Amino acid sequence: MTGEISAVECVSSVFQRIREVEDRVHAFITLTEELALKKAQEVDNKVSRGEKVGKLAGIPIAIKDNICTEGIRTTCSSKMLCNFIPPYDATVVQRIKEEDAVIIGKTNMDEFAMGTSTELSYFGPTHNPWELSRVAGGSSGGSAAAVAAGEAILALGSDTGGSIRCPASFCSVVGLKPTYGLVSRFGLIAYANSLEQIGPLARDVYDCALLLSVIAGYDPKDSTSVNIPQKDYTRFLANDIRGIKIGVPKEYFEVGTDPSVAKCLWNGITKLESLGASYEETSLPNLAYSLPAYYLIAMAEASSNLARYDGVRYGFRVDRDDLDWSEAFSETRRIGFGTEVKRRIILGTYALTAGYYNRYYLKALKIRTLIRRDFERAFRKFDVLIAPTMPIPPFKIGEKINDPLAMYMCDIDTVPVNLAGCCGVTVTCNFVNGLPIGMQIIGKPFDEGAILRVAYTFEQNTPFKDVRPPLRGR
Amino acid sequence: MKTDRFGIESVKIGLEAHCQLTSLKTKLFCSCSADYRGKKPNTLVCPVCLGIPGSLPVLNLRAVELALMVALALNCKIPNETFFFRKNYYYPDMSKNFQISQYDRAGGNPLSVDGSVYIRVDHKRKKIKIRRVHLEEDPARLVYTGTIDASPYTLIDYNRSGVALLEIVTDPDLSSPREARIFLQKLRSILEHLGVSNGGLEGAMRCDANISIIGGPRVEIKNISSFKEVERALNFEIARQKDLVSKGISVKQETRHWDETRRVTISLRIKEEEQDYRYFPELDLIPINITKSWLEQLKSKMPELPDARRIRLTKEYGLPSYDAEVLTSDKSLADFFESCVKLGKAPKTVSNWLMTDVLRCLHNFNLELTETKFTPEQLVEMITLIEDGVISGKIAKMILPEMIKTGESPRLIVKERGLVKISGREELQLLIGQVCEENPDAVKDALKDEKAIHFLIGKLMQKTRGRADPKLADELIRAHLALLKSRVSTP
Repeated sequence: MTGEISAVECVSSVFQRIREVEDRVHAFITLTEELALKKAQEVDNKVSRGEKVGKLAGIPIAIKDNICTEGIRTTCSSKMLCNFIPPYDATVVQRIKEEDAVIIGKTNMDEFAMGTSTELSYFGPTHNPWELSRVAGGSSGGSAAAVAAGEAILALGSDTGGSIRCPASFCSVVGLKPTYGLVSRFGLIAYANSLEQIGPLARDVYDCALLLSVIAGYDPKDSTSVNIPQKDYTRFLANDIRGIKIGVPKEYFEVGTDPSVAKCLWNGITKLESLGASYEETSLPNLAYSLPAYYLIAMAEASSNLARYDGVRYGFRVDRDDLDWSEAFSETRRIGFGTEVKRRIILGTYALTAGYYNRYYLKALKIRTLIRRDFERAFRKFDVLIAPTMPIPPFKIGEKINDPLAMYMCDIDTVPVNLAGCCGVTVTCNFVNGLPIGMQIIGKPFDEGAILRVAYTFEQNTPFKDVRPPLRGR
Repeated sequence: MKTDRFGIESVKIGLEAHCQLTSLKTKLFCSCSADYRGKKPNTLVCPVCLGIPGSLPVLNLRAVELALMVALALNCKIPNETFFFRKNYYYPDMSKNFQISQYDRAGGNPLSVDGSVYIRVDHKRKKIKIRRVHLEEDPARLVYTGTIDASPYTLIDYNRSGVALLEIVTDPDLSSPREARIFLQKLRSILEHLGVSNGGLEGAMRCDANISIIGGPRVEIKNISSFKEVERALNFEIARQKDLVSKGISVKQETRHWDETRRVTISLRIKEEEQDYRYFPELDLIPINITKSWLEQLKSKMPELPDARRIRLTKEYGLPSYDAEVLTSDKSLADFFESCVKLGKAPKTVSNWLMTDVLRCLHNFNLELTETKFTPEQLVEMITLIEDGVISGKIAKMILPEMIKTGESPRLIVKERGLVKISGREELQLLIGQVCEENPDAVKDALKDEKAIHFLIGKLMQKTRGRADPKLADELIRAHLALLKSRVSTP
């Protein structure tokens, strides 16, 4: 913050906005106004005492409800964790706290991050601020909608197969999925641990880079976090992409991509070319297999990760004397989990069963390797790849809810990045019928600087960042 | 060789020993204290070992080092890289409902495989193959009121959850419960020599045993709480299976539980199929590179192991190989022996006392040497008392249990109980006169046949509660008899 307005003023204005629009958007599961104002006051006191304040001093930030916050209910949008108050902070939460950010609440999501629309929340769906009858995207729909609707300045989400980029695209905010290993997962309630990363959502690329700079970095509490020097990603934000080589994998445009989306994308690519980048069509031949491979791996991991919800130590429990432990576990899980979660657990369990392991899980891992190689090959030639974020514009609430396969198909453009362990960011590249269309910029592992720079240059030279959703306060 | 169809040839036993790495200060995947014994339940816990959502395991590398030393000691093959798997199953003692373990199939690579251990059975060496040695986390402790099947509820203590456990799996090379016990003793001694595990601690060493007789199906006995119980459980199970076979009933392939209080095995579940643990890689942990230089460094730090020590004891102290084997089968016993020798006692004398009376005493008290207050200084003092003629060997055997139990000095016990040897000639002569008067018939016999003297010595020992100096007694009785004889022959 520049110091022109106080933290308390800033936080108050955000809560004012929340009071005006939240009943229609439903971006939050839990709001922590009292805590937030207290924290804001502390920041203001620091400033008035002339003390040094952190990079995110006084900035209201919303946190996806699968990231643990000490003393603040963290539900994963599930009945199973509807009363769970974590005894500790996730590493990313610690980091933003150290930079004096103000946590304003926990955002809505698909249950256990399983979904593409934030309709699968035990607490009800989030509505897209651009058109309330449409989905906000998922699974970090609450985080994206909160930023888009002005209910938060920044937000944290998590991305397992596109869960940051999808809602960012649908809500016209900037969302970045960091390279696997860049951001600590300690405190992120696991869905598919080999795929997911916590990442930033923001109104613009600068804020996104700033938040990434705060949360990225080695964490001894997460063995998969990589020990590389910490970077200030805002330093990469030059308005200059001359000489940048862009690859456009043709497979992304072949199946299922709505013509309106493809048209927006090509316009965006042409725009980048006019700004000094060069582009070339390329191929990622194994991309077609990424969706089944992703779902197999994710479901297999989910079946194991979600096994701990048995009602013994925390969360929801069916407490009946007539049940033995095995029946009590079953009953707790039957009532505590929603349909999609159960579907994925059962499919994942099946995929890991002896006799099917080789046929499904192991094969999916092999495909994962092939896809990773496809990307490695492409990045030998190109600095970044460009693809649609979502194959279609935001769809209507309820439109796909009873057709899981159709819902899964929406992830087709985002999951390859997770399988390959690359990084990807989405920025709005146009609007169709008042609905935002996202452009996905994909970078090689740990090259967040490059994709942020391309995204920044695009944003600076297009008008989309300043278009706000037509959501009036009451 | 036995020819009985239930004989030794027909029994096949394989063991899965679970040994806690008790010398580690912290748990396998978090920094909680691993020293849970006697602590208030659920006080040594954190989000990681409780499996709280969002928590992630971080490997304790020291545990890997200790495990590698064990693998080296058991002559195992060690791969360049090892990683962890998840073993999925629902049970209330598992905070995550999966156990982080290792696996040798489905692309898994356990810490080590294909080792071997030699044991000595009836003076013959026998090779027991080790299938693998791997690391895993200990589950929580389930506490029942009464027996497992009658308890109205289950209490869970997560203090043990996440303690580093070494699983050591043998081939079915063992052919009797006794062999199983000898193997486990050897294993324990190796672990104790390495300083990685204190097998004397309650629950530090547990066992599952697979057993089949005359080629029948494999029955698995789970949760045998200590190596002491293994022999008992196996003996019961063999008897049970033999009984079934002799009645013409076929043995079922199943998993059974060893009920320590009732000393029976009870059926847990019939195994129609192997339980499907849905093993798959634990991707929250990265693979561990085991470099040659790391292994070399560990090798150079490895202490003397039981086999080497056995050979040294025979060479350095001239002990018979059998003695050395018995002593080194328990590190504390071998340590005790060497301390006594250092204090100046003859090796064979010390060894004799340890191998017979001391071990018998410990067995009777059902105690480990380390659980007692008994010290080398005490034993040495006791031997000195014998050597100095203060007490007899018989008195020594009498006071040994008390020494072991109380840790009291033998000199003090002897003094307090008035057990000092009677070596005053006059006092003994007086007593001999009394014995002879009380046993006139024996005296008559002794006058005719010298061999009957021993009866009189026995009576004298009885009278003095063993306090009479046997040498002197013998001498004085002979003198007394000679005197009597002369009186008889002289008119």
